[in-house]
Amino acid sequence: MSLELASYAKINWCPGCPNNQILVAFRKAVTELCTAGTLREENIVAGAGIGCHAKILDYLNMNTFNALHGRALPAIEGMKAANPSLTVVAFSGDGDSYSEGLSHLVHAAQRNSDINVFIHDNQIFALTTGQATATSPRGFKGLTRPTGSIEEPIDPLRLMMTSGATFVARTYAGEIEKTKEIMKAALLHKGMSFVDIAQPCITFFDTRDFYKEHITWLPSDHDVTNQDAAYHATKRNDDKVPMGIFYRVERPTFEEQL
Amino acid sequence: MDKAKENVLVFTVAVGGAAGDGIKEGGLHLAELGQRLGCFVYLSTEYPSLIRGGHNFARVTYSEDIVHADHSSLDAVIAINAESALLHKHELKSDAVVFVDQPYAEQLKELPQRVVSLPMSSAVKEAGAPHAAGPSVGVGAYCYLSGLSRDEAEAMFRAIFEDILGGAQMNIALALRGYDTAKESGLAPRVALRVEGACAHTGILLEGNKAVGMGFLSAGLEYYFGYPMTPSSSLLHFLAKEAAKREKGGLKVIHPEDEITVINMALGVAYAGKRVAIGTATGGFALMQEAFSFAGISEVPLAIMVSQRQGPATGAATRTAQGDLRFVISSGHGEFPRIVIAPGDPEEAHTAGRIALMLAWKFQTPAIVLLDKQLSENFQTSVIGENTVTPASYKTYSGGEYSRFRFTDDGVSPLAFPGTAGAKVKATSYEHDEFGIAADDPEVVRKMQEKRWKKMEGIRADARKEETVKVYGDAGAETAVVFWGSTKGPVLEAAKIFGAPLRLVQVLWMEPFPEEEVTKALSGAKRIIDVEANHNAQFAGLLREKTGIVCDEKILKYDARPFDPATLAEDIRSKLSPS
Repeated sequence: MSLELASYAKINWCPGCPNNQILVAFRKAVTELCTAGTLREENIVAGAGIGCHAKILDYLNMNTFNALHGRALPAIEGMKAANPSLTVVAFSGDGDSYSEGLSHLVHAAQRNSDINVFIHDNQIFALTTGQATATSPRGFKGLTRPTGSIEEPIDPLRLMMTSGATFVARTYAGEIEKTKEIMKAALLHKGMSFVDIAQPCITFFDTRDFYKEHITWLPSDHDVTNQDAAYHATKRNDDKVPMGIFYRVERPTFEEQL
Repeated sequence: MDKAKENVLVFTVAVGGAAGDGIKEGGLHLAELGQRLGCFVYLSTEYPSLIRGGHNFARVTYSEDIVHADHSSLDAVIAINAESALLHKHELKSDAVVFVDQPYAEQLKELPQRVVSLPMSSAVKEAGAPHAAGPSVGVGAYCYLSGLSRDEAEAMFRAIFEDILGGAQMNIALALRGYDTAKESGLAPRVALRVEGACAHTGILLEGNKAVGMGFLSAGLEYYFGYPMTPSSSLLHFLAKEAAKREKGGLKVIHPEDEITVINMALGVAYAGKRVAIGTATGGFALMQEAFSFAGISEVPLAIMVSQRQGPATGAATRTAQGDLRFVISSGHGEFPRIVIAPGDPEEAHTAGRIALMLAWKFQTPAIVLLDKQLSENFQTSVIGENTVTPASYKTYSGGEYSRFRFTDDGVSPLAFPGTAGAKVKATSYEHDEFGIAADDPEVVRKMQEKRWKKMEGIRADARKEETVKVYGDAGAETAVVFWGSTKGPVLEAAKIFGAPLRLVQVLWMEPFPEEEVTKALSGAKRIIDVEANHNAQFAGLLREKTGIVCDEKILKYDARPFDPATLAEDIRSKLSPS
């Protein structure tokens, strides 16, 4: 079985943009799950908000819903409530879900809505040519604060765990195979799946070298059911950035109780 | 009693007290009493935005003739405290009876009207009843005044205290205590409207919000989303209760984190193929603007109940106004077709709810039912037809290559939903091509705009089959009064009092505007008086913009209270014969 997941739209991300790697990982994840008969292609809906991440929908020849800025989550939650046999995904960005639409993340996690949220976290508003988001590091010099950001970045993984998400992971866009595996695990998880994807913006905030040096994958004995351990595993003292599935538990979903 | 028409009796009785005193329930019991006396009833409630204290007031007007709005001159008042009588002393008729809770009777001794002291708080305390049962004592006393025998009154109490807080028995006992006390006071029964027995024949007591909800349900509503905000909340509460009554798989009602979520979730539901409606107040609708515009560009079928309250911003939060007509008809950025219907009473609200959901699906565009606090929350005797459900239908996908936004002769593209093998269903906030991929090529942009606007021709044709404009009174009268929304009630009531012939023209459809119908209804009128509850005569401006017709006079009210029929009749008179 071969899926034709590429649309006729011409890809217009910057050449070499890691968004391409996220697109490839997702197409592979969907192809593998559909080929194995685990999911049916027509039952998958990919949503997105507004930002560079959202262009991914035009490149997917499947059901898509390009919502407003920050509003992909409520839209896919509505779909899941309307038709629980659907598998719904929201691609979003740090600007799109950590700045504009943050409340939806918290409440979707609180409800344990059976949705999948994949955040293209490039730590910058890229489509609007370079302003700080909620995950930009302190001191980041963006167009709206040329002298450097005076705000501390949030930790989205910890926020999701304390809000009630039942699947919390982080991956790196450049690691396509690992990203694909995490996406597959998320898609099969029943409940709110949250994946923060570190995605360098090669034009406005190129973090490729940083991530190459600092990525570290969670050890195989990491206990994904221990929230306390998961919470503390998101940050380390040695500048390394931990990646992998931090937390995964089962809890009744919003839709099955509706 | 008023004699609005020859030999037609009109009674107005009110119950007043603080928030938490059971005022609305007391009003509902009086309204129920009116219905069971075989009358037509109108019940208004006025309350400030607080939970305890303040002044709450429920007023019931009932008559053998249809009552379109409550009157201000009171035949009787049930006062839980002294303030409730004193605040309304100028509305008391000279022969009115004031029933007051015993501890406050002393404070009313200056009133020229007959004051009857009732043991409301003490009887409630003795019976161990909830504090809010106090008005039941007053309702009992009022039944005595209305000339019911003790047996008839007891049967009445049994009927109206069904499902009541604190139990029917307790409230029946409280009401009988009121009845007996009124009788012992030496008060003479006033009038004897005929008692038809336990079953009302005039219709059901219905408020605008519930009527819209029933209308949505009659068009096959499957999902409803709302966030509490006066005056829209009672629709959310009604549908939540309806959903709880049904089996799993029936109606689903969801109250998420905010209004923005309400509308964006609803967009997802409609995209997934389920009939959905949302409801909000105009402040909440302001929060929804961007997503409302999304429904326009992505052609999402969405029915919306929007209820106006006084503004700007939080305004007088629990009070009425018609100040958002222009906002609602122009809502959402960008240009796209929408339907806006502004019913004038619960029966019209029911029809509007049904039509909104039907046409939203037929034309894949948002449809709004525009109410205000007065219509949303006031109760009126209403006749709703058979409770049948005809689910809103739509143009369906019948196989083959699918393009969600395919160009068609009528601008309406076939609908398919996710889960349909062979159809890739796209929805997008961006301007797009027929398949649904973002496009900003000038040719595509122009054609997509034209495709969406083509649907307006169909909407206009369907609108012509509905009552977009109604004419009451003397259709040939030279003086015309033009109005919209809840103002219908006070205008029709004022016309009864006014006496001389008036042509009363109600416009129900605001978008698309029924230019031809309005022009015809107003043709030959020598003098046109616009009546609306806002500062800027928004409807008169719209009428002029759409038809060129200029209103000669305007009667505008923007004090966050509805029009009073008697005052309005005077205002019309003074506009016609300036001093």
